[in-house]
Amino acid sequence: MIRMDGGDEAQVAQAQGGDQDAFRVLVERHSRSLLRLAYRMTGNEHDAEEVVQEAFLRAYKRLDRFESRANFGTWLYRIGVNCALDLMRKRKQQSSHRQQPTGDGEEASDPLETAVSPDPGPDRLMLSGELRKRVTIAMADLSPVERTAFVLRHFEGQSIEEIGRVLGLGAGATKNSVFRAVQKMRTHLEPMLSKG
Amino acid sequence: MTDIVRQTKGERTEMSDLTKHLNQEQLVDYRYGDAADSGAVEQHLHECAECAAAYAKLLGVLAIVDAAPVPEPGPGYEARLWWKLSPRLDRPNRSWLDVSAWREWLANAWAEPRRLAPLGAVAVLLIAAFFVGRISLTPNVPPVAPPVVSERTPGQVRERILLVAVGDHLDRAQTVLLEISNAEADTKGKTARDKEVDISQVQATAEQLLSENRIYRQTAQHTGDNSVASVLDELEPVLLEIAHSPSRVTAGQLDELQKSIEARGLILKVRVMDSTVRNREKAIRPRNSNSGS
Repeated sequence: MIRMDGGDEAQVAQAQGGDQDAFRVLVERHSRSLLRLAYRMTGNEHDAEEVVQEAFLRAYKRLDRFESRANFGTWLYRIGVNCALDLMRKRKQQSSHRQQPTGDGEEASDPLETAVSPDPGPDRLMLSGELRKRVTIAMADLSPVERTAFVLRHFEGQSIEEIGRVLGLGAGATKNSVFRAVQKMRTHLEPMLSKG
Repeated sequence: MTDIVRQTKGERTEMSDLTKHLNQEQLVDYRYGDAADSGAVEQHLHECAECAAAYAKLLGVLAIVDAAPVPEPGPGYEARLWWKLSPRLDRPNRSWLDVSAWREWLANAWAEPRRLAPLGAVAVLLIAAFFVGRISLTPNVPPVAPPVVSERTPGQVRERILLVAVGDHLDRAQTVLLEISNAEADTKGKTARDKEVDISQVQATAEQLLSENRIYRQTAQHTGDNSVASVLDELEPVLLEIAHSPSRVTAGQLDELQKSIEARGLILKVRVMDSTVRNREKAIRPRNSNSGS
């Protein structure tokens, strides 16, 4: 998780003054944790890298709006979450154009390929063990909102209020998104427990 | 439906009613610290084997989620990312004569004195180049017929300073790339990929070149010298990769470094640019510097 380390102030101030080297230091410092978050949200290495690039570009363009009292990591992280959400929604739209609706409510609008690329690609094939494959499939069954809520709650330890602010949802709806996500994960992964 | 979904929404219990089983929502809330009355849930879990088993299953599922590996991008990811990002960062094109750009650079250098090192290196190079020029050119050397340029503008002088420095930088970079490309691990024995090669010396040079490379690349970008900027831009991630590698690399790691250089055709690019830069420098070299006066 990207946490406040208090060491970004100088680089942020220099980058705000147009120093690209200072911005580069920020990129080097935060890119890996942002990539992990993006991967968990998108479930796809290629998309995750795209999210990271887009997040840094947006951050650079908005640097003048960044308040020095705020924490750069948290701010960047939020931009990254929004980029990932945008991309997931775009992918979902693309897949809904390709796919026949099943008339099954929200479940129908969350097909497997909303988050999993139909073409797994050699890198995925190479790296995917049984565990990773199962978790990827389970995560792919979540809607973008459920997925974001779950990743932020489970992996990033954010509070319901913080997640609600990112998603633009109230506390009840946010909590419900986390709950629905966990239930879907259980449906997919619980059989693995009985396998031992 | 699996047995873990133990209750439908209609069967949900109130937190205070511990005579009924906890529902899934309560268990999830408890797991994430969102339960309204976590003490009561905890107590119930101690007393009710069925709910404890359901909670254990929830934890088991979440442990599977945690255990799934997240792919690591490998060494050099930051450099590759920056390589893609930097051309897309909107920056106004500044010229050499832009006073604010120099002021900004000096202010940054003041805050971080090691930034001045490349400037010092350039100064040393220029002084060295001046004396080498004086010493190496004897009266017996036939005249090379340099282009006749009688007057130098400040812009040309500055350009020449940059070209001399970049030429030397590319020379040194070429040496680093060649040393890595020609390095050989001892491939005898069964565990060839585990044999190590000491690259600490070449690594130290790469590290030095890295900070200079950034300065020269930025300067070339500012002055609109795109061909130089582009080669330096390609060189940077490789220098970074070399500088950040272990001082003793395995044959496998060495192979990756070599492939990284080879894939970009970097040695040839650096060599061609080195020669171009030197020719450009020659073309604007003042006539009297060739005569050794």
